Amino acid sequence: MKQTMPDKTGHFGEFGGRYVPETLMPALLELEEAYMSIKNDSEFQVEFDYYLRQYAGRPNPLYYADRLTEKLGGAKIYLKREDLNHTGAHKINNALGQILLARRMGKKRIIAETGAGQHGVATATVCAKFNLECEIYMGEEDIQRQSLNVFRMRLMGATVIPVTSGSRTLKDAVNESMRDWVTNVRTTHLLIGSVVGAHPYPVIVRDFQSVIGKETREQILAQEGCLPDQVIACVGGGSNAIGIFYPFYHDESVELIGVEAGGESVLSGNHSASLGAGSIGVFHGAKCYVLQGEDGQITPAHSISAGLDYPGVGPEHSFYRATGRAKYVSIEDDESIEGFKLLSETEGIIPALETSHAVAYIASVAPQMNPSQIVILCLSGRGDKDVYTVAEALNVEL
Amino acid sequence: MPYICAGDPTLDLSRELLLTLEEAGADLIEFGIPFSDPIADGPIIQKASERSLSGGTSIDQVLNLVSSLRKETDIPIALMGYYNPIFRMGVDTFCQQAVDAGVDGVIIPDLPPEEAEPLLESVSGCNLATIFLVAPTSTSNRIVKIAELSKGFIYCVSVTGVTGVRDVISGQVSSMVSEIRSHTDKPICVGFGVSTPEQAKQVAQIADGVIVGSAIVKMIEKNLFDELSMLQDVRRFAEGLSKGVKEIIVP
Ligand SMILES: Cc1ncc(COP(=O)(O)O)c(C=O)c1O
Repeated sequence: MKQTMPDKTGHFGEFGGRYVPETLMPALLELEEAYMSIKNDSEFQVEFDYYLRQYAGRPNPLYYADRLTEKLGGAKIYLKREDLNHTGAHKINNALGQILLARRMGKKRIIAETGAGQHGVATATVCAKFNLECEIYMGEEDIQRQSLNVFRMRLMGATVIPVTSGSRTLKDAVNESMRDWVTNVRTTHLLIGSVVGAHPYPVIVRDFQSVIGKETREQILAQEGCLPDQVIACVGGGSNAIGIFYPFYHDESVELIGVEAGGESVLSGNHSASLGAGSIGVFHGAKCYVLQGEDGQITPAHSISAGLDYPGVGPEHSFYRATGRAKYVSIEDDESIEGFKLLSETEGIIPALETSHAVAYIASVAPQMNPSQIVILCLSGRGDKDVYTVAEALNVEL
Repeated sequence: MPYICAGDPTLDLSRELLLTLEEAGADLIEFGIPFSDPIADGPIIQKASERSLSGGTSIDQVLNLVSSLRKETDIPIALMGYYNPIFRMGVDTFCQQAVDAGVDGVIIPDLPPEEAEPLLESVSGCNLATIFLVAPTSTSNRIVKIAELSKGFIYCVSVTGVTGVRDVISGQVSSMVSEIRSHTDKPICVGFGVSTPEQAKQVAQIADGVIVGSAIVKMIEKNLFDELSMLQDVRRFAEGLSKGVKEIIVP
């Protein structure tokens, strides 16, 4: 089964939908309507494109990683350099798109959830730029492990609200932002940072992020004259992955591979591999694969990287998995540290810990491939924010 | 109509609390099924849910508890719970077991009409009321649809927000209730934020029922280590609410 747009009520196959309190239903319908009206509005698209170029610094390069390729001794590896965007990750693409949309809807206040803080930083950035009030919900545990990003958000005038409920990570930050939205829905836009949540969020975020894949597809055709064999990206909620996968959806020869966080190990139960080891459930407004117990209680996720530490995943990935269009694998915490070091040492590029999972996966498969094969890695973000975590993992005192 | 969360603080005490509430004059019990991520709830009910889950409460245990309570009381019981545990169990299985246990209705705060088809199909053959919620943001079209799908009563959410204790009842409640009434003859019960006998009395003047949750759960929380005062406080408070309401609503 093939499907690239959700059905009338927001489903990709059986996944997605709108499982939210009634209070939010009218707001989701309003958002859907507003989004449909800008989707084909050339004025909006011109404005969005302007900010992507002039403010975020797009298009970014599709860079041939020759030393990494040589070191691994197999497939030819290209890096899509989302780390070079303003604010250092792919998150800015979506934040810009949604802020322009929220402005058109007349919303004065923006709220967002954040895990690694990259989405929080992207949101704080566009709020500063467009002069909108900004409040960011962030789990207390993540505030500790991502203190650099917390400071960046505050510098740009955002209020960072620590979330102390539940596991005090991304899942709980999402809960809290949804509760805020239920309360302030008339004046506030909830700027969701990944392809998760109730319809129309997953499709809005996908569309704004698909600039990654559109550029990549053109660039690889221009540089190599052919499509890649594999496109690989890390998957938290799944926004950088779907952003690069989606424009290759109909290119059936291109294998799409999502890399989830295996945490301590999938067998240990302490991981974030919702597609690999979860089951179908209803979480944060959508039907999707989710980590849950027998009884339907959500199990806290675990990952060394805050941005992947999430028990759910987007409905479109759930659909890709169920239909076999993409394959999902996992990489454990300590392997991701190796990925982090590998890219730093071979290419002089320090990747985000999220991205390092995908690097580690490539390191495990590229050597078995042959030099005529091409693999593209979505380098979703840079790793400055993670140096404390990595130093700790390597027992280095800073 | 009080709300308590099943298993908060233990299943045995939930049983005692439920029977106490009935004696204190409750007309229906909203019995919560705990969930790990209750997005429509404020901190008070979130904590109740956490306490219940940390005691290991499962949906099966809640159904068993209702079933055993049926030997002692006929008071109408509506289960209130988020969709995932129900979906995970199987909507059909859940509805069947709920009916067998003697549950009268279900309220699922994160299941709007758009996603309710499996539930409506499952209850079509059995005697289980589906209670949907109307919010202050609901449009007329939606109110019509919600009223049509609701059985038993319509749950009117009095605030734009999550559950919790509020100082005043918003002025919009009365216009919401009249708007809902203009579309349906079904009973309308108001909840979210009603926390004192005075507020209950005020709401009873316009609605057919008043739902009080967080204020009661707060008394449970306050007396976690003293069962006797817990039951006493809850009884006294519920009696006050019930007296206030019954002066207005003549059955
Ligand atoms: C650099 C980077 N990559 C990936 C992610 C994971 O999110 P997603 O799966 O939505 O791309 C994050 C999230 O914070 C991130 O900061």
